Amino acid sequence: MNASYRIGELELQSRLIVGSGKYKSFEENRKALDASGAQMITVAVRRIDLSSREHGSLLDWIPPDQFHILPNTAGCTTAKEAVTTAQLARELLDTKLVKLEVIGDTRTLFPDTTATLEAARILVADGFTVLPYITDDPVACMRLEEIGCAAVMPLGAPIGSGLGIRNPANIRIILESVSCPVIVDAGVGTASDAAIAMELGCTAVLMNTGIASAKDPLKMAHAMKLAVEAGRAAYEAGRMPRRLHAQASSPESGLVDLS
Amino acid sequence: MLNGESHSTPAPLTVLELLQRCELAKRRVAVAINAVVVPKSRFAEVLIRDGDKVEVIQAVGGGA
Repeated sequence: MNASYRIGELELQSRLIVGSGKYKSFEENRKALDASGAQMITVAVRRIDLSSREHGSLLDWIPPDQFHILPNTAGCTTAKEAVTTAQLARELLDTKLVKLEVIGDTRTLFPDTTATLEAARILVADGFTVLPYITDDPVACMRLEEIGCAAVMPLGAPIGSGLGIRNPANIRIILESVSCPVIVDAGVGTASDAAIAMELGCTAVLMNTGIASAKDPLKMAHAMKLAVEAGRAAYEAGRMPRRLHAQASSPESGLVDLS
Repeated sequence: MLNGESHSTPAPLTVLELLQRCELAKRRVAVAINAVVVPKSRFAEVLIRDGDKVEVIQAVGGGA
């Protein structure tokens, strides 16, 4: 059993944070959430459809009194939009949490670092617990920590790409450069990607498409739960040194003469 | 303007009255007028003026 950790004022056990996009139904989303063991789930805020009244809502399936809801500012391309979106989400969900995203390029969905820093400054001053999505840039992460973000969330690879942790060396440098939680956000495609992030020493992993777009999302949610737990346990255990050459693990003396 | 669509009403409405008209008063929503958030506690008193841009939002599925 992995020990608990903190993000801002929250104490959490599960080191897997999941998204709520791309599921076929609210029911599938909830089942995957349960299979993942995650305690925190991201949501987006969007205009309500005024033409159709009754089609249920996400929060009927994922009640805020049972899970930590982490609203995101996905789709925002300016600091101002992101700040207002975070403030709307705070009114909507009675939460100080925000997954800050300010997208700098709509094709690659890479973050706009300057605008992310600007929005983070405003939101921290406004009392938010800010979890910013950012490139795997150690200096940007250091600046975000200095501003007062509760965690930094470098991408492993582009959002929705499933390419895994493309630059583990940078993630390691980030882990050495900040003392706040480091959460890999985006890029995790399968269980081994999540395990690699955790083995590097990340506090947690956030993923959505890796689970939701698997052929069997429920089974993948379970696989991700195990991978995150295994990766964390391996990090805490401390891996053996890598060696170029073989080293027998059976005794070299007392060999039986069978010639 | 309400969620990007033009609407007209015979008399000025408060935010609460607007939500009641749209059958949204009991739903978990948040409201911004001209890109400024209206606190829930002020829904009954804040009046929507002619030409205001009103956004009514809810939580939806999303990751990033």
